[in-house]
Amino acid sequence: MTLKSNKDIPIGGLIDEAGSSKKFKTGDWRSFRPIWDKEKCIQCMMCLPLCPEDCIPSEGSGKDIKRKETDLEYCKGCGICMNVCPVKCIKMEEESKFTK
Amino acid sequence: MSKIKAVTGTGAGAEAMRQINPDVVPAFPITPQTAIMQTFATFVANGVVDTEMIRVESEHSAMSCAVGASAAGARVMTATASAGLALMWEIVGVASGLRLPIVMEIVNRALSAPINIHCDHSDSMGARDLGWIQIYSESAQEVYENSLLAMRLAEKVLLPAMVCQDGFITSHGVENVEVFDDKDVKKFIGEHKYPHSLLNVKKPVTHGPLQLQDYYFETRSQQIPAMDEAKKEYIKIGEELSKITGRKYGYFDEYNMKDADCVIVALNSTAGTTKTAIDKMRKEGKKVGLLKLRLFRPFPYKEVANALKGIKKIAVLDRAVSFGANPPLYGEIKNALYDVNYDGKLHSLVFGLGGRNIFVEDIEQVFDKMINDKLEEHGTVGLRE
Ligand code: SF4
Ligand code: SF4
Repeated sequence: MTLKSNKDIPIGGLIDEAGSSKKFKTGDWRSFRPIWDKEKCIQCMMCLPLCPEDCIPSEGSGKDIKRKETDLEYCKGCGICMNVCPVKCIKMEEESKFTK
Repeated sequence: MSKIKAVTGTGAGAEAMRQINPDVVPAFPITPQTAIMQTFATFVANGVVDTEMIRVESEHSAMSCAVGASAAGARVMTATASAGLALMWEIVGVASGLRLPIVMEIVNRALSAPINIHCDHSDSMGARDLGWIQIYSESAQEVYENSLLAMRLAEKVLLPAMVCQDGFITSHGVENVEVFDDKDVKKFIGEHKYPHSLLNVKKPVTHGPLQLQDYYFETRSQQIPAMDEAKKEYIKIGEELSKITGRKYGYFDEYNMKDADCVIVALNSTAGTTKTAIDKMRKEGKKVGLLKLRLFRPFPYKEVANALKGIKKIAVLDRAVSFGANPPLYGEIKNALYDVNYDGKLHSLVFGLGGRNIFVEDIEQVFDKMINDKLEEHGTVGLRE
């Protein structure tokens, strides 16, 4: 990303574009990666709203709602999902294991 | 048509606020500022203004509230002094960093310790690098007019502004203040059209996001040209205000400076004391004068230097100390004079801390010592030492 000059940005650090946090990829903050056991998951939807990055996507709605794989571009590895999961189907593993 | 009202300096500040009719005023009382908010609260209670007055639990909250309301697009004013300003410190910097045009009345009072409720400038001088415009006022009349000017200026350049007056000396002394016609003042103040309102759902914005090594520097640096802009606009808006008041709003006032050999530079009420001394000494044939600075931030270096460069002897009076460094006003004057290779005598005098009185005779003594080359380069007035 090219960084802008002080004349090309809004004053006061203002962000004048809605939804721009999508551009801010927090995935590289991660030192632990949540590994989700899809088979063990009871689709209780506890982890979704509690994820501070809102990076656990879902599909369907109502009773049929299902969580999907964590979006690693944004997951910062905080471990909240692991903590709140009632069936302990999320494990945190060292990120270094996955980087070559 | 203007009216003459017998009011104190705090009353004059409240009068300006009545005419400005801010949307939001968050307030927390502190001596000697309390009288501003007390008077203004009466206006609110009597329905004279439409202001939403929010009584908060501390000055930190008062400024936080001012920041929130201002970001929402409201016209916001508040007032404080001394420890109150010290407590709101963190958010004072936020207000300027976010470029919010809040106007704050400062009733100058000493900082603790020792605890003291009387006048000196250690509160606002301590805040001089927080990115606020600072205008100093000699009298209640100036408090009133400077407040009107400050509101327009702040909203024009999107920087917050402080209007300073001397605690108790100005704030609690009754003067005849010429209050201008409500309609004329309201027309001058105009409507506040804040371009980045948080409440504008059609153009959503985020105020105050995190900026690290990548953007903080760029954002902060924008406040530098904004201050340059404030310096220019101060004069333009002042000229507009002159049309109503008939008075002038330069960066500073020159009193008997034309043929003066010895000049005192001072802020706020001490300028009045100095004028009295000058009037007396002029009758004795002594060539003495005064430069009363009005605008301290942004500092008018070039203009001050031009006004002072031909003066043989200058004494800068500071009602604040910068421990381990030059006193604030003296430091700026010395900076300004460097650029014009000043070769006269420059003196620094600290006086009046914690409300220690400065009398006409004290000023006369300073002038006499200057005339006779008996004044030290760095000294004090009124200190037992
Ligand atoms: S580790 Fe944290 S950021 Fe990542 S998915 Fe879990 S709750 Fe979200
Ligand atoms: S909290 Fe655990 S069980 Fe519930 S949806 Fe998330 S991963 Fe599945």
